[in-house]
Amino acid sequence: MSAATTATPAARGRVRRFAGPVRRVAGVVFSVLLTFLGLTCVTFVIGRVMPIDPVLAIVGDKASAETYAQVRAEIGLDLPIPVQYWRYLMKVLHGEFGTSVITSHPVLDDLLHVFPATLELSVLALIIGVVVGVPLGVFAATHRDRWQDQVIRFVSLLGYSMPVFWLGLVGLLLFYAKLGWVEGPGRLDVSYDDIVPTITGLITVDSLIAGEVEVFWNAFWHLVLPASLLGYLSLAYVARMTRSFMLAQLNQEYVLATLAKGLSPWRVVWVHALGNVWVQLVTVIALTFGSLLEGAVLTETVFAWPGLGLYMKNSLFNADLNAVLGGTILVGVVYIGLNMLSDLVYPLVDPRARDRW
Amino acid sequence: MLKFTRRQALGAAALSPLATISPAALAATPKDTLVIANQITDIITCDPGECYEIASQILMSRVYDRLVRYEAEDMSKLVGGVAQSWTVSPDAKTYTFKLRPGLKFQSGAPVTAEDMAFSLQRVVLMNKTPAFLFTQLGWTKDNARTLITAPDAGTLVFTITEDFAPSLVLNLMSTLAASVVEKKAALAHEKDGDLGNGWLKSNSAASGAFRMVSWKAGESLTLEANPTYRLGAPKMKRVIVRNVAEPATQRLLLEKGDVDMAMSLQPDQITPLMSNKAVRVESFPYSGTWYIGLNCSDERLKNPKVRLAMKYLVDYQGMANTFLKGRFNVQQTFLPIGLMGAIPYNPYKLDPAKAKALLAEAGYPDGFEIRFDVPNTSPFAEIGQSVQQTMGQGGIKVDIVSAELKQVLGGYRTRKHQMVIMSWTPDYLDPHSNADTFAHNDDNSDSPKTRPLAWRNHWFEPAVTAKTKAASREVDTAKRIAMYEDLQRIVTDTGPFIILFQPNAVVASRANVHGYKPGIIEDNYFYRTITKA
Repeated sequence: MSAATTATPAARGRVRRFAGPVRRVAGVVFSVLLTFLGLTCVTFVIGRVMPIDPVLAIVGDKASAETYAQVRAEIGLDLPIPVQYWRYLMKVLHGEFGTSVITSHPVLDDLLHVFPATLELSVLALIIGVVVGVPLGVFAATHRDRWQDQVIRFVSLLGYSMPVFWLGLVGLLLFYAKLGWVEGPGRLDVSYDDIVPTITGLITVDSLIAGEVEVFWNAFWHLVLPASLLGYLSLAYVARMTRSFMLAQLNQEYVLATLAKGLSPWRVVWVHALGNVWVQLVTVIALTFGSLLEGAVLTETVFAWPGLGLYMKNSLFNADLNAVLGGTILVGVVYIGLNMLSDLVYPLVDPRARDRW
Repeated sequence: MLKFTRRQALGAAALSPLATISPAALAATPKDTLVIANQITDIITCDPGECYEIASQILMSRVYDRLVRYEAEDMSKLVGGVAQSWTVSPDAKTYTFKLRPGLKFQSGAPVTAEDMAFSLQRVVLMNKTPAFLFTQLGWTKDNARTLITAPDAGTLVFTITEDFAPSLVLNLMSTLAASVVEKKAALAHEKDGDLGNGWLKSNSAASGAFRMVSWKAGESLTLEANPTYRLGAPKMKRVIVRNVAEPATQRLLLEKGDVDMAMSLQPDQITPLMSNKAVRVESFPYSGTWYIGLNCSDERLKNPKVRLAMKYLVDYQGMANTFLKGRFNVQQTFLPIGLMGAIPYNPYKLDPAKAKALLAEAGYPDGFEIRFDVPNTSPFAEIGQSVQQTMGQGGIKVDIVSAELKQVLGGYRTRKHQMVIMSWTPDYLDPHSNADTFAHNDDNSDSPKTRPLAWRNHWFEPAVTAKTKAASREVDTAKRIAMYEDLQRIVTDTGPFIILFQPNAVVASRANVHGYKPGIIEDNYFYRTITKA
């Protein structure tokens, strides 16, 4: 007799209740693996067909043919591409991302070093983007086609279409060079370098843990400008999306009904209508955060911000394949993680989604 | 529709990010610290036996002392570094160096001939990029340990098996590769027989003017004055080189006083800085050679008359006087001024009539069409356009193919170009470094042992190669100089290169920074002479 047939109805119910989440988890794991495989495969092949020679990137122009051959063999480029890929994949599965050519550190160490810099920037930028962008979007929707709406749309269109590079330089020129309101490029002044021990890699957090208030403020004033700039860009996107979601909601009959019942317009807009928009907004915000974490290459270049974007750019230009692949996988993980996170958040903002759990 | 009250509207708008900004404190760089903004992402290693990138050459030359060297006080004279004196055997094969007594590594350990011998041997044994500097002397993995020896703690003896001029050998011993590495420290960190290479990539075991405190790849490199340095401790206690990729950002940092020197400024930044009293802009001759390579596998370019005609279709002085002003000087030989034997031999100027006559003689009275590979960065692109325009005056229709530098180099290295513009810098302060590439090609097949520039351009002239070899072997230095003068004329007159310019290095510093006088190669970008008032 098999175990299943002897199970009580209650136990069977339990199995069924768990089967859903288990299937969900299995599904997620499967899609994660598939995404990874695709990600690594495409990046790997692109890296190999790039018209840049990774061996020359290491040995330089003037090395002898023997040195060239030795290094080529050392990094395994003499093998066929499928074999190279297979080897790489096996290593990654064991948690080894190889050593970066340009930093000569393990890629994982490098990523753990540069990612917090980007994270610090992105979190602040996202906060600015959401805290300012959502109300602006709502406001624009409630003032549709009036001057307030026009101004907000213009401002967000500007943030959307202005080259980041230019905006960053102008921001530096104005707020750092001319007005002296903020600190300049980099994460800290040189005199504050290496004071605070690295724990999280987020200087603002680490300095508070160490009780170095002065370092915290220095890091903060370095952070404000690039974060505001990135915040402005995400604000532009969030505001535009909020506006269009809200417009759809405000045209629904329930809005008219609640207003007719005498509810204050403020409550109707900010509680009822906005409440229904959050589900869509969560996805928008998660994707915005994802693209911020990917590393804003140009922002990091202008602000000499040693984050993921700058790291990936340098790696790419120097044909540092291990670093590029490692970084790509990290970005992939971030996106998948954020997607899962927004899935988790749905039930909190949408009661209907709760039943699915 | 919905109506908002004014109060509600203000509530939402007050969250603007700029509303929270208050003035931040201004911090100039500390008095005893020199902060330099530069592009240092090319550093891939700090091991002097492996370094071959510009930034690592500059910085590790500050950290490591070497066998012999050119010093800041007189960069035209080779003097002892670790060595106090030396003798060369009459057959110019055996070199004996007496080391300075009492030298110390930054760790406190004495510098011995044993360390020096080990340091030279490991360059050959590790076989990294700089190994060719020494292997050309006849040193190999098998003989390095027997040919380079330390008979006692104060004496280094080495023997070379190839024929080389002593002046050339000594110049090779003045390169970064001839740095003295502390043997005990390197071997203590040895892994899989790497002679300490893995550890020395990001650590140092040196005896130079500065100690390396930290290297954060892509971020900064910090040096600290070595109080026991043989020429006295440098004036600046700390030197921090910050990686600032964007030149416009470098300029802002400099103007604001957050850095003391900016090393990678472009003309757009330099011009406005000229009028800033808090900043000083200086230019120093650099050892580069900017040239156009003409691939002789092309039937038309194979013809010496065609090549000569093209040399008359470039407006050298016009460019140097206008958009390259202050940054480039006309120099039409393969040796930059400042290198031993270099001559100011500039026979060409823009002369379309003469060029047309030469082209007619060569059988191309109506000119021809040709592809020109040009890197898409400044000032390659601008020079390319000028050349395109002046070549047109002689009937040569130039099609510019603009691409990323590395891509252009890729095609050039595999000889796929017709016409390409590129720059070259010597590996060491000796004319052979350039002659060996511009005037040396002993195997024109597709897989030679070395791939000099003459090979890349399919210029196969055994007589010229023989002259280059002879010059590298000439024991009499005066005769040797005369041989290089001759070689320069030959290459300028008949070679596959339209040699254009020698560049300047432009440096902007805060007005209170003094004493920076760099030499023509990166090895001689001394920091120890810099002071801040």
